[in-house]
Amino acid sequence: MIAYLARRLIAMILTLLILSMVVFVVIQLPPGDFVTSYIARLSSMGEVPDENVVEAIRAQYKLDDPLFVQYWAWLEGMFTGNFGFSFEMKRPVAEIFSQRIGISLTVEILAIVVMWGIAIPIGIYSAVYQYSVGDYVATIVGFLGIAVPNFLFALILMYVCYVWFGVTITGLNSPDFANERWSLAKLLDFASHVWAPVLVIATGGAATLIRVLRANLLDELKKPYVLTARAKGLKRHKVIMRYPVRVAMNPLISVVGWVLPTVISSSFVTAIVLNMPTLSPILLRALLSQDMYLAGALILFMGFLTMIGTLLSDILLAWIDPRIRMGMIGAR
Amino acid sequence: MTMTTENLSAAEADKDIVATTEDAQLDAVKPGLQYGGTESQWQLIRARFRRHRLARVSLWIMAVFAIVAIFAEFLAPKDPHDVQARYTYAPPQALHFIDRDADGWRIKPYVYDYKVEVEAESLRRVFRIDETKKIYVRFFAEGFEYKLFGLIPMNRHLIGPEKKRKPLFLIGSDRLGRDMLSRLIYGTRISLSVGLIGVSMSLFLGVLIGGLAGFYGGLFDAATQRVIEFLRSLPTIPLWMGLSAAMPRDWSPLQIYFAITLILSLLGWTELARVVRGRFLALKSEDYVSAALYDGASHVRVVLRHMVPAFTSHIITAASLAIPGMILAETALSFLGLGLQAPVISWGVLLQEAQNIRVLATAPWLLAPGLAIIVAVLAMNFIGDGLRDAADPYTH
Repeated sequence: MIAYLARRLIAMILTLLILSMVVFVVIQLPPGDFVTSYIARLSSMGEVPDENVVEAIRAQYKLDDPLFVQYWAWLEGMFTGNFGFSFEMKRPVAEIFSQRIGISLTVEILAIVVMWGIAIPIGIYSAVYQYSVGDYVATIVGFLGIAVPNFLFALILMYVCYVWFGVTITGLNSPDFANERWSLAKLLDFASHVWAPVLVIATGGAATLIRVLRANLLDELKKPYVLTARAKGLKRHKVIMRYPVRVAMNPLISVVGWVLPTVISSSFVTAIVLNMPTLSPILLRALLSQDMYLAGALILFMGFLTMIGTLLSDILLAWIDPRIRMGMIGAR
Repeated sequence: MTMTTENLSAAEADKDIVATTEDAQLDAVKPGLQYGGTESQWQLIRARFRRHRLARVSLWIMAVFAIVAIFAEFLAPKDPHDVQARYTYAPPQALHFIDRDADGWRIKPYVYDYKVEVEAESLRRVFRIDETKKIYVRFFAEGFEYKLFGLIPMNRHLIGPEKKRKPLFLIGSDRLGRDMLSRLIYGTRISLSVGLIGVSMSLFLGVLIGGLAGFYGGLFDAATQRVIEFLRSLPTIPLWMGLSAAMPRDWSPLQIYFAITLILSLLGWTELARVVRGRFLALKSEDYVSAALYDGASHVRVVLRHMVPAFTSHIITAASLAIPGMILAETALSFLGLGLQAPVISWGVLLQEAQNIRVLATAPWLLAPGLAIIVAVLAMNFIGDGLRDAADPYTH
């Protein structure tokens, strides 16, 4: 188990390093370096750039040094929590991070929980009652979940809530609560807002999960041991829940690895449509104004989160399935 | 040479032998799919595909989309860039065919004109359908001038108002009084072509990289496997966005268009490479491939003559399943303002107009491109599913 963990950890660190290089290349892509775009941005706001500040930035990002040194300086900053400075919000990026990361994570984790909560019962139902009305409904809803892009679903939900029920579902808290401290009232208010993004993010991934679980369970249900257990007099739902479902669940845990990137991607788009105070709008604004250092830090951070999640799912899978722990079959 | 020809796969050999007309063959194949043993691989695939009813219907739907994309100029009633400031957010007009008046009735298509009302509270101009005034509509009407296929100058359109400047907004108009239907039709061309070109590019990358990895194996294979795993473990949208945000601001719409498709395919080739690699690995151990190799055929020949025909159907399947992802990605990027930019019309660019809830509440028809996306993506998914079932007609 420990050897397995170590292998996974090393792989993750290597992946992160490669990602950081990719992100750094993306940062370097726009023409002109950081300082020229900084000066351009200042003068567009009608301010005159301060010579000292410009020099300080040049020194901080080591812009006069070779590219490799620049990369290293940047990476060092990432590790020590020095993510740079947001020009639009006029605050250090780290401060914005710490303020918003909690909400981002809460929404994403809730979405994953809801996703599994929706997918598992529906998947089991449509496999056990194959070709029933419920199965067809689940299949249709599943296909829609794949075909409707998240932002469109969010838009439609927003429209329906506004026109039919007169509710605006943007944001995560009512204006009265936005700057309050956390209390029970605020939590309830939060709950009355958070269902919309969670639902939007969850449906996209749930559709795929349902299909995977249904297919796996159908294979498993046909196996002779199910018939044997039934013949021995075990109750139908007991047989299904105790044996085939458990086997069919395994692949479901291993797909966390690619469900997570999807969840982070879709929560990103959803957060922007629904105007949620998460990290996503900041990334979007940074990208639109080509504030590449801030954007790069955010992308790297999202990648980091994804990898942590994938690692957790691998550990979970190894814990559940001894064959993976022993290195007999791959985790994916 | 003779040796290699003899070692062609059964499908290849059949293709040469079968000489009867296709239709007669298919009729024989259709009921219950009893294979006579003389059908070519592609005939079997077509017969299989036809059994998948949803896929068949979807194929027709996509054909309609393709026609709309090709003949966009002819089908669009108005110039999609034509601003009619007098008709902002005009609601959809219903097309009537039977014209009744005091003299009786006749078949003459028309729509009702608009009347402007000013809302008491917000002092906003609102358009209502005015059932007292008719605007007659004509098929093959004269409208804005265009060049069909970029060559033939024309000014006829499938449908248009009899008097050129009269309003005709069959699915409403947008913020600047531009015809949504025309914009949707033009958007179809761009959005579908992004999907198609993007997939072609990722197909090229995927077949090249996956093929090399699968055929030669070894270190290159191991390296590509790691790269694929790496790319698949990333949240794609933020990375896509980072790449497209890095584009210089002064690029022309055409440059942006190609850059966006390139970005999409740079991250989209992995699945195709995986499929190609898998097929190569599976086929490498086939007897006819080894025989061709021992017979002294060059690697290029073995690959192109013997292996590629055996998995073309799998590649087509994987490619068709990749198209909806491309369309969705382009839409999401453009919607967020990081993909295609305003003078260019794509479904995502159109949906950008629908971001504001207040705008959406007054003009829900701005969501029409969303419906197009859903239908196109669903149809492509079904076609892909149908192809996947049909791709390997020798199983079962």
